[in-house]
Amino acid sequence: MNRFDYVRPASIAEAIAAAAEPGSAYLASGTNLLDLMKGNVVRPARLVDLNHLPGLDGIELLPDGGARIGARVRNADLAYHPEFSRRFPAVAEALLSGASAQLRNAATVGGNLLQRTCCAYFYDPASACNKRDPGAGCDARGGENRLHAVLGWSERCIATHPSDFCVPLAAFGAVVEIEGQFGRREVPLEEFHLLPGETPERESVLAPGELVVALRLPAEAAGFAAHARYVKLRERTSYAFAVVSAAAGLRLENGVIAEARLALGGVAAKPWRARAAEAALAGARPDAASFRRAAEAALAEAAPSGDNAFKIELARRVAARALLLAAAGTPERLPALPASAFAPVPGASLHG
Amino acid sequence: MSLPITLTVNGVPQRIVLDDPRVTLLDLLRERLDLTGTKKGCDRGQCGACTILVDGRRVNSCLALAISHDGAEITTIEGLARDGELHPVQAAFIAHDAFQCGFCTPGQIMSAVGLIAEGQAGTDPERVREGMSGNLCRCAAYRGITEAVIEAQETMGQAGRQEAA
Amino acid sequence: MAETASATHVRHGSSIGQPLTRRDGVLKVTGQARYAADNHPPGMLHAALAVSSIARGRVTALDIAAARAHPGVVEVMTPANRPPLALDPDAKTGPFVFRMEVLQDDRVRYAGQPIAVVIAETLEAATEGAALLAPRYAAEPVEAGLDAADVFVPEMVGPGAPAREGYGDVEAGLAAAARRVEAVYETPAQYHNAMEPHAVVAAWEGDRLTLDTPSQGLAWAQDRIAGLFGLPPENIHIRSPFLGGGFGSKGVISGPQVLGILAARLVGRPVKLVLRREQMYGPVGHRAPTRQRLRIGAGEDGGLTALDHQVRTATSRFDDFIEPAGSVSHTLYAAPAIAIGYDAVRLDTGTPLFMRAPGEASGSIALESAIDEMALACGMDPLEFRLRNYAEVEPISGKPFSSKALRDCYAQGAARFGWAGRPLQPRQMRDENGLLVGWGMGTATFPALMFHGQARAVLRRDGTGLAELGAQDMGQGAWTALAQLAADSMGLELDQLEFRAGDSRLPDAGIAGGSAHTATAGAALHNAGAEVIARLAELAMADRRSPLFGAGNAGVVARGGSLLRRDDESRGESYGEILARAGLEEIEGRGSGAMDPAVQEHYATHAHGAVFAEVKVDPELGQIRATRLVGAFAAGRIVNPRLVRSQYYGGMIWGVSFALHEQAVMDKRTGRVMNANLGEYHVPVNADVPSLEAILVDEVDPHVNPLGIKGVGEIGITGTAGAVANAVWHATGVRVRRFPIALEELALAGAE
Repeated sequence: MNRFDYVRPASIAEAIAAAAEPGSAYLASGTNLLDLMKGNVVRPARLVDLNHLPGLDGIELLPDGGARIGARVRNADLAYHPEFSRRFPAVAEALLSGASAQLRNAATVGGNLLQRTCCAYFYDPASACNKRDPGAGCDARGGENRLHAVLGWSERCIATHPSDFCVPLAAFGAVVEIEGQFGRREVPLEEFHLLPGETPERESVLAPGELVVALRLPAEAAGFAAHARYVKLRERTSYAFAVVSAAAGLRLENGVIAEARLALGGVAAKPWRARAAEAALAGARPDAASFRRAAEAALAEAAPSGDNAFKIELARRVAARALLLAAAGTPERLPALPASAFAPVPGASLHG
Repeated sequence: MSLPITLTVNGVPQRIVLDDPRVTLLDLLRERLDLTGTKKGCDRGQCGACTILVDGRRVNSCLALAISHDGAEITTIEGLARDGELHPVQAAFIAHDAFQCGFCTPGQIMSAVGLIAEGQAGTDPERVREGMSGNLCRCAAYRGITEAVIEAQETMGQAGRQEAA
Repeated sequence: MAETASATHVRHGSSIGQPLTRRDGVLKVTGQARYAADNHPPGMLHAALAVSSIARGRVTALDIAAARAHPGVVEVMTPANRPPLALDPDAKTGPFVFRMEVLQDDRVRYAGQPIAVVIAETLEAATEGAALLAPRYAAEPVEAGLDAADVFVPEMVGPGAPAREGYGDVEAGLAAAARRVEAVYETPAQYHNAMEPHAVVAAWEGDRLTLDTPSQGLAWAQDRIAGLFGLPPENIHIRSPFLGGGFGSKGVISGPQVLGILAARLVGRPVKLVLRREQMYGPVGHRAPTRQRLRIGAGEDGGLTALDHQVRTATSRFDDFIEPAGSVSHTLYAAPAIAIGYDAVRLDTGTPLFMRAPGEASGSIALESAIDEMALACGMDPLEFRLRNYAEVEPISGKPFSSKALRDCYAQGAARFGWAGRPLQPRQMRDENGLLVGWGMGTATFPALMFHGQARAVLRRDGTGLAELGAQDMGQGAWTALAQLAADSMGLELDQLEFRAGDSRLPDAGIAGGSAHTATAGAALHNAGAEVIARLAELAMADRRSPLFGAGNAGVVARGGSLLRRDDESRGESYGEILARAGLEEIEGRGSGAMDPAVQEHYATHAHGAVFAEVKVDPELGQIRATRLVGAFAAGRIVNPRLVRSQYYGGMIWGVSFALHEQAVMDKRTGRVMNANLGEYHVPVNADVPSLEAILVDEVDPHVNPLGIKGVGEIGITGTAGAVANAVWHATGVRVRRFPIALEELALAGAE
């Protein structure tokens, strides 16, 4: 790890001013940043510590049914907040399916949005990576890319965004509140992360110095609470990144789908809102055939970026599963194995 | 560079002058405070051997900068036994043979203490297993670990009820 | 031939067989157990390795100035200034002496090879100093993968087996078979990944060296280091009271450990060097990948007619260790013709090394899968098929087994698991959530070995005793089990015994490996205890003032710190009384333990077991979980059932890991392991193994060694890996022959 200047700002304005200097990075809990620094993946000259700033750590449940979450709220605190998880159960389930209890106790909401890809070539300074070193090339292309992107990738970058949390946030229309040198702005989470295109080094809309201060879930997101799930396919039962994942929410009226929400994780450089699938479900019956059609629509544009064609079909199946589970109803309490294929299915068997 | 911070370590407030902002809580404990019970297995938040309690919550101390934790209360494996009496989790780990080589054990135990304090798992074995999955054990003493956590929780629950009565 | 063991060899049985908790338990649960990296001698500096990011070529430049300029950096060690060694580190001076990279030149042999060491006042400075070296290379093309060009037949396999073994006419057996299975199984490179990274704290005083470093073989390590530095072994003092896991990777001293010693030499101060996790994927050994072709023939009656097991594996370009994956086929199933053969390729990797159940683990998953495939082909239940082909004598040698309670293992394991009634065909069972359920089984086997070990036993006037030897506890429980054996041999209660181990100044106890440590060190302790008791008895029996005077022919027994007349146990006296009257403070005995060559000549010595596994598989998503495992193992005398169960559990979870989880993912373009960490190199987590049982099957082995002990540390992997793979097939109907089993192979079978 390189040496760095350590700045402990007393206010958000001070933080923004310090972080606008080139070479700066915000330090929240550091669960991702320190990992990257230890690997010499990033070498910031200055860390601007957000941990002693007041006012970023509240969970406000808004009277309209929405919620506003400070950027420094810890993942575990949000997931275990009883009223928050009642309103947004798929968000809680996604949070609890990510990383480990220790990491969730430290990692923050803002940091989760901004975590970097787990692409092994990004993490390896000896490999070519256009994210780390624009123009250097991409060693993931033609390399060990079984778990890389199948949607929205470019020749320059095939990495995926690793967050579980962001998947339901995208599905349920979360809004990111940002403060910068030139004031405050709001960006829908769906537009917050950028696809790689020609500039994979640009991963979000944030300008230098801009700080995520809060995240809002709109009131209508709570309208899916009775039918909202997250499903995460992974290679060990816990403590693993998603192979693919999906968040789904349904609003059912008179036995048909009034409105559906669907987003995919592990498939692209951003959490992937599947609007075409949502449209296909509006007015449909909540059954396996509808869900399969929606899943086909969600992956319509998908293409393998390497040895990962299997992910396309698995993403369809995970999407259909998430919808099916959502239709079955949000469980009273989150399962012991959140988002897992091995969690009990409410009601009857899904398969067969 | 000298960077003074205050930490309460195992109940004792300490003023610590850091020589380097890069020092993690883990390396502070191990290399500067001679508290080597906390172990470094991966240094990247992937194994859990370095688990300690910070302000009562279990975290990976390898991914925590000391300087950023000015004012925090730290509990390590060395601070768990009181007056020579083992903490119920420690005793249960011995009784259930919840370790072999012992290297991950301080992290497992601190994680278990944190898990019990969180109060989310209860004595449901599946919730305990999931809750303890951030602590790798290559000797694979997982069965004993799960049994020990459940038993310790029951012991502590009884003790708590007796105290209340 | 060895005197047969009998109950008389358990002098009193007060400790042996008791499920005592670990004597080092309190130290380990309070953080007081001191592992190598926990040491911090005064004046100590920190060293960090810089390792190569290419797999083959030369280092052409290092920015030493940048590293030196970093505050806190004291020295940079490169081939240019590395202190001299007395012995070429590439000299092969013995079969278990491996070549090591200790900055002898600018060559790079594999990715992750040490190319420099930065020594600094702090760990942070040393680590950053290593990063600042920014090496440049002249890279050369890399050989990676089992299809590499230069295939050769190794001279020796594993620790010394031939590359071609067998008997009978395999081709004729196959030709005559009513059923044939021919299949190719692939296993990946695996890394030991002990939780404790290799660490060394080295302090020189003149030409004397004190080392804190984890070692599974203190005497080997001492000899190796003494040889490299041209010093008498006694000048090298190694302390290794606790290993944070070894699994074979700490069996021989590794290059990085020697580099720590060299760094201390260079700077003239104590140095601590600890590998970073990613640095454990190169210089400290691994399990080599294999591709195993099995051809099995069976008659109409389900009896095997031939077994052909051909192994392709890999070693490094510069040294040899050949994973002996065919060895299980020596032992497990009776067949009129068996052929085992090997070839290998040379790759630009670190040299493979023994890793928990070396050979047996890789071979077992292939053989047990193939046997399962043949059982199906014959329309037989897998257990019935294995019983049909039960080996009454060891197939390869024709020798009788010194003991073999495998039938009991099958029976007890199957009963406990509820195997009866299992549908023969796959994809027949679902759970209440609709998940596919499958049951599979495998036979476990591991040889019962012994090395050479020595021990010393002392009885003291105050009634206490001391037993000591340089035994190593890497988690298997030597601190407890060996103390139990020692206490019994000395007729002492365990709490009256001081037990010392884990130090090179103590008698050489042999290596903690090959599942042979308890047998070897235990035999040494047993004999040392017998000797000290005999000497004490001589004193007493020759002393007219002793109630034991003249007990000669009747003899004495030792129990609870006293010697008693065997013919009248009311007559006796305490050790303390005997020593006091003789004017002695203490009396000592020495003993050694080793395999009796006559036993080896007459018997095949193996532990056995049967493992039954249940897995659940999501039918659409392919995600797998090993939901229930029952293993039944027979391994002779069980010294401490609590610790033995833990060894079986651990081994069984390694078996799950072998079948479902762990593999090194190498980029074949570069020869680099791309998941050199614990986040992406998946070892099982707690949630992966919800239900685990181990049954200790009674087995009395009157031959294997005087204590009747076989090993338990490695057998659990064997059998289990295949049982899990077979259960996955039984759940899904998809036979995956490349391990670990990938979820997409199950989810998408037939879909593409």
